Amino acid sequence: MSFPKPIATLREATGMPTGRLAVWWVIASEIVIFGGILGSYIMHRLGHPEWAHQSIHTNTWIGAFNTFVLLTSSLCAVLAHAEAEKKNGPGAAKYLMYTTLGGLTFLIVKSIEWTNEIKHGYTITSNTFWSFYYTAAGLHGLHVLAGMIIMLIVAADAKKGKELQRVENIGIYWHFVDVVWIFLFPLLYIAK
Amino acid sequence: MSADAHAHPSYVKIWGILMGLLVVSVVGPMIGIRVVTLITAFGIAIVKAYIVARYFMHINIEKKYVAYLVGSMVVLMLLMVGAVSPDVMHHDGANWHNQAAAEEVKRGMAAGEKEEHH
Repeated sequence: MSFPKPIATLREATGMPTGRLAVWWVIASEIVIFGGILGSYIMHRLGHPEWAHQSIHTNTWIGAFNTFVLLTSSLCAVLAHAEAEKKNGPGAAKYLMYTTLGGLTFLIVKSIEWTNEIKHGYTITSNTFWSFYYTAAGLHGLHVLAGMIIMLIVAADAKKGKELQRVENIGIYWHFVDVVWIFLFPLLYIAK
Repeated sequence: MSADAHAHPSYVKIWGILMGLLVVSVVGPMIGIRVVTLITAFGIAIVKAYIVARYFMHINIEKKYVAYLVGSMVVLMLLMVGAVSPDVMHHDGANWHNQAAAEEVKRGMAAGEKEEHH
């Protein structure tokens, strides 16, 4: 006996599709995770003025470029949602691919940036500032990677006109990843 | 909701506004005035996050409890930070002194000044 769809997909117990509710639950827990890390960083940073000598070595322009990349990929994600609403699966899949490309660009730029920083001796163990830097940005990067993988799976189905409701769901997750970076950028790259 | 199209502003226009805010948040801190940095870097981050949440995530047309759920998580984080911050940000209190942290600050400042003179 097989089910054509997961039971949760067919049910709306809370007035909204269960899948979308689940994404908001995930985001609520991610707020606690990233809020915890960023809150801890802010407190420690205010208590350690000497970290200014370390934070000056982060590259604001690379951070700004990555912010541009993620904001643009968010635009592509919401355009995918607009296409899915019009039941245009291939169009939604196209925009999801662009979003994934944005994520890939972000990760490539981050790897180049980190390679350069590590070469100059700024590693995760060299100072508590760098420990926060690599942990926060690294955890964010893992979320970008996870989002990209899920997005590719959703895009593969969307291209065939299937499970179009998932386009919005992965889009909501992606926008949250973008929002986290919106706060990471000034903390790690601007407030030196 | 996702099955029905909903009225929305031009997403590209919203992206343009976000780009403009990004430029201001990068240029503002270059002026070097602390208050301007706080407003342009962090104030604008809050505005950008609101714009993404409202116009891209559509939190304004979701069921109200979603906003309450997300908002309550933010409040919990602010409470946590507020409760713990005196112990983390300060290195001494009425009956205690965090010697290790105070010495790390001294060491870090000395190392930083040495690096500047080189």
